[in-house]
Amino acid sequence: MDRYLLIVSTVCFLAAVVRTIAALRAGVFRPGRFNFLAVGLGFIFQTAFLSIRGHALGRCPITNLFEVFIFLAWSIALIYMLIGPAYRLSLMGAFTAPLVFLIQTFALLAPIDVRHAVKLPANPWLEFHASMSLVAYGAFALACIAGVMYLVQERQLKTHHLHSVFYHLPPLTDLFAAITRLLWLGFALYTLGVVSGFFTGHPLPRPQVVAAIGVWLLYAAILQGRHFRRLAPKRVAALCIAGFGAALTLLWGITFSAQTHTLP
Amino acid sequence: MNIFCVGLSHHTANVETRELFAGHRETECILRNAGCAEALLLTTCNRVEVYGASEKRVSTDDIARCLAREIEKDAHEYAPAFYRYEGEKCVQHLFRVASGLDSMVVGESEIFGQAKKAYESARASNVVGPYLHRLFQRAFRVAKQVRTHTEITRGLVSVGSVAVDLAQRIFGKLSDCRVLVLGAGEMSERTARALLSRGVTDLRVSNRSIDRAQELARVVGGRAISFDDWPAQCGEIDILITSTSSETPLLRPEDLAPMLRDRLDRPLFIIDIAVPRDVDPRVNEMEAVYLYDIDSLESVAEQSLALRRQQIAAAEAIIAEHVADFGEKMSLGLNRAQNPEHPAIGENSLRASEL
Repeated sequence: MDRYLLIVSTVCFLAAVVRTIAALRAGVFRPGRFNFLAVGLGFIFQTAFLSIRGHALGRCPITNLFEVFIFLAWSIALIYMLIGPAYRLSLMGAFTAPLVFLIQTFALLAPIDVRHAVKLPANPWLEFHASMSLVAYGAFALACIAGVMYLVQERQLKTHHLHSVFYHLPPLTDLFAAITRLLWLGFALYTLGVVSGFFTGHPLPRPQVVAAIGVWLLYAAILQGRHFRRLAPKRVAALCIAGFGAALTLLWGITFSAQTHTLP
Repeated sequence: MNIFCVGLSHHTANVETRELFAGHRETECILRNAGCAEALLLTTCNRVEVYGASEKRVSTDDIARCLAREIEKDAHEYAPAFYRYEGEKCVQHLFRVASGLDSMVVGESEIFGQAKKAYESARASNVVGPYLHRLFQRAFRVAKQVRTHTEITRGLVSVGSVAVDLAQRIFGKLSDCRVLVLGAGEMSERTARALLSRGVTDLRVSNRSIDRAQELARVVGGRAISFDDWPAQCGEIDILITSTSSETPLLRPEDLAPMLRDRLDRPLFIIDIAVPRDVDPRVNEMEAVYLYDIDSLESVAEQSLALRRQQIAAAEAIIAEHVADFGEKMSLGLNRAQNPEHPAIGENSLRASEL
């Protein structure tokens, strides 16, 4: 039953993707409110799914790779909904929907929804650690999307070839400000997530700790370069994309190794 | 009742001819005396058109005579310059005009305001009735729909407006931007004025002749800077407009690099409208620097026009749909005015054959 909710949610995100592609093909790039409504509806179904799954498990529904991906997609949609309306309505939804759609489609199609034979005991620190980290990933994902938008806009301005999409992208300085805000938000949440990981009461595998601190250091370096004006905005945007790639790889590694071993 | 349009535009007549038939205050009244039940005069710099509704045909010559100011020759001699559209063709023509499809610069939106003004003026003079009321109300609706659902008005098509729009694309609000105008020529003055009109408050002017710099600074409300001091300003400013008559580039990457070190997170937009160019093109390869010379500005303007042209088919489709719907509604007698100011047409409803 709960998977049906997720399918409906995925269809909502697909609708936003189809609308964007159709608009691009027609040369009339006007994502407008439709994308926001589609993403909003998708978010409601995601929330319903997570709620039902959470009640059934009796804990935060991030016990396997499938749930982790859905929670990540939910976090991306949540952060998107929380961002200012001007930023959101311009183009963010058009870039957010495909990412969420891909994550959810993969989660639904891949055989990764493995239920644990025994009911996992609730561990507030572990759940706090995992959920904070995943919401941080949502912020990093949106920073990555804003980074892509920045690079697209920057490239068009540099080459003097302005596509129709150019007129709907936010100004460079606004995009850069949004990237900075998302990076700080994600970094603060990720820091909470990493620190709370040490209080879970379980021994932490060394490779995971090293990788998590590596991602934390990467984002710290990006923010430091940004703060002290050592990195040009274009490089910050590119590093946001690389950073999210690294964070996603780490997430995959953690959940994959957690699934192959006994979960706490 | 027949709806028609008679007029001349930049497509059919030069400016001298258009001036001769620009109409006057009494035109609409004279037209009514000539047999038009309703008449509306639309005059812009590119067109003079009369929209009318009449029971019997009013000849183009009669309308031309009503429009004529003081001409030596017979109005009939100018007949080839006039076009005439009746019924459905007239409806389609007005929808195209209001949507900016018939304009010299395709997609310009000024015509919409001009048509509205002409309608309001005619309405105030009681020379429009239910037919033209319905026709123009629908035309405004169509124009809005075309603007909303196509990219016909997107982009900018003149060098000055492109420069200002690009600045907004980079910085968003221009009120916090610091602008340096290098070379107090006419083009740079025009561009500076356009920037000021979009909210720029910090404007600096530098010129080889400090007197000219001070004069321009006074006129546009900026402050003059000695020509020797302008390179140092590059570390502070956000937009640089150059148009000096220098034979060699004034700004090269090696000059700019040290100044950009402390402002790596802030973009620098350079508009080089000088020929020969004031800024070495290699500057565009530097991080966070966006250099546009006169050719690239014109190229962007041309791209905008091409984008607009691509949208013509989409706009025409919207218009065709409305023309068909308008004709159908009128022929079905659905043109009973809902506005008490415009009584029902009743038995005078348009015949399908007329549309």
